[in-house]
Amino acid sequence: MAKSNKPIVWGLFAAGGTVTAFLTPALLLLTLLPAFGVMPALLSYDNLRGFAGHWFGKLVVFGILFLMLWHAAHRLRVTLHDFGVRADGLVAVAVYLAAATGTVATGYFLLRI
Amino acid sequence: MSERIVELEVLRFNPETDSEPRFQRYSVPCMNEWVVLDALNHVKEAIDPTLSYRWSCHMAVCGSCGMMINGEPKLACKAFLREYEGVIRVEPLAHFPIQRDLVTVIDDFVTKLKRVKPYLIPKEGKLVEAGEFKQSPAELKRYKQYTLCINCMLCYAACPEYGLVPKFIGPAAISLAHRYNEDSRDGGREERQQEIASNEGVWECSFVGACSEVCPEHVDPAGALQQVKIKSTVDWYQEHLLPGSKK
Amino acid sequence: MSAHGKPYVREVSRYGWFFRSPRYLRYMAREVTCVFIGLHVLILIVALMRLSEGREAWDAYLANLGSPAGVALQMLMLAFAVYHSTSWFNVTPKAMPVQIGENFLPGVVIVGAHYAGWLVASVALLFLAGVF
Repeated sequence: MAKSNKPIVWGLFAAGGTVTAFLTPALLLLTLLPAFGVMPALLSYDNLRGFAGHWFGKLVVFGILFLMLWHAAHRLRVTLHDFGVRADGLVAVAVYLAAATGTVATGYFLLRI
Repeated sequence: MSERIVELEVLRFNPETDSEPRFQRYSVPCMNEWVVLDALNHVKEAIDPTLSYRWSCHMAVCGSCGMMINGEPKLACKAFLREYEGVIRVEPLAHFPIQRDLVTVIDDFVTKLKRVKPYLIPKEGKLVEAGEFKQSPAELKRYKQYTLCINCMLCYAACPEYGLVPKFIGPAAISLAHRYNEDSRDGGREERQQEIASNEGVWECSFVGACSEVCPEHVDPAGALQQVKIKSTVDWYQEHLLPGSKK
Repeated sequence: MSAHGKPYVREVSRYGWFFRSPRYLRYMAREVTCVFIGLHVLILIVALMRLSEGREAWDAYLANLGSPAGVALQMLMLAFAVYHSTSWFNVTPKAMPVQIGENFLPGVVIVGAHYAGWLVASVALLFLAGVF
């Protein structure tokens, strides 16, 4: 029995799941607040541009989005299997390709800020 | 001692005459404090001696009497009649082929148990004259929980991934491998990893957690499997990024 | 194995097996959070795109987020995100048992530490973002 290579994606899934668990609810609260009359300073164009313009800000944003992408992708692969979709090879390629595309897009847009 | 009449709806299957299972209803006079196993024993003794099922200790230590009771994997000796209302549906343990009535074919499980090498593989050979392996209470406690498995297979019946992917090595077998891996006297982890770190080993698990919920001995196989995943992942990165380094 | 007759193999339904018990439904609900997490990441990537396009694009993006549809979507994502967080933190003692001396830390301590960390991280994030 050969040892699996699943650890690559599972490690990302676990790290991403942890980051998501700690940060996503607060992030959503942050972007919900303006609709309720509270405008967080960070969401102003100048401030956010300043944060994401700095190399450290880029690194942080990239790292977080990268992990969240791969967490969602791997879990989606497993979920589709649980919903009865049996073409795991195809599904894996599709979800990881999507995550890779998201990763590249994130990097691309960050570099343009 | 008070009595009640319990309606049992029991799956019957005779491989010599039936092409399909069917259900048979029994009205069983029971004592209130009885368990489902007592009711089955009464059926066999006084109503229908052809009913087949496995049982032995009647005290939840042998692991023989696992079956589906109202759709839930349980030990028949630990399923108290007072917890049930109305008709009680008794079926063989899920995800295993039915041999006869409530008796399942458990060969798959036994094969998997053997595959994970569930015995001490000491780091170095030691002659009896050299004395015993010493182990502190802390070292014992580290793996003790995983020694409590009674091989009842309720976890296999509960695990949806085992139901969907029968080649999955499964909760109990992998937990047992973990039990030996965590034993300070053992040095066989790498050997066991060849089996349990495969795609049909721990990586088929998606942490549903049903196994731990139904385990009558509180082994927590789900926990064992997650720990195996984490260690296997660390291993993988170590093997691929720092080849040749000692684990 | 018996020589008398073939054992009967019960079919396992590939679809809808999770309707068989509440514990399977809870599991699927947890798994399905990934769809909303994925959606959220997508929205964040679009945010980066709009931010890179300039002030007008960014302000329009914020306005969209604040629209009734935007708010509804975010609240849906928030609900699933919270379920992801709680289901994640609740199982941490299983995955990372901590043995100190002879005994293991009680699960509730490990879970509690994670919830505390969650609170601290959330407050820190909101504070650094200038909410208060």
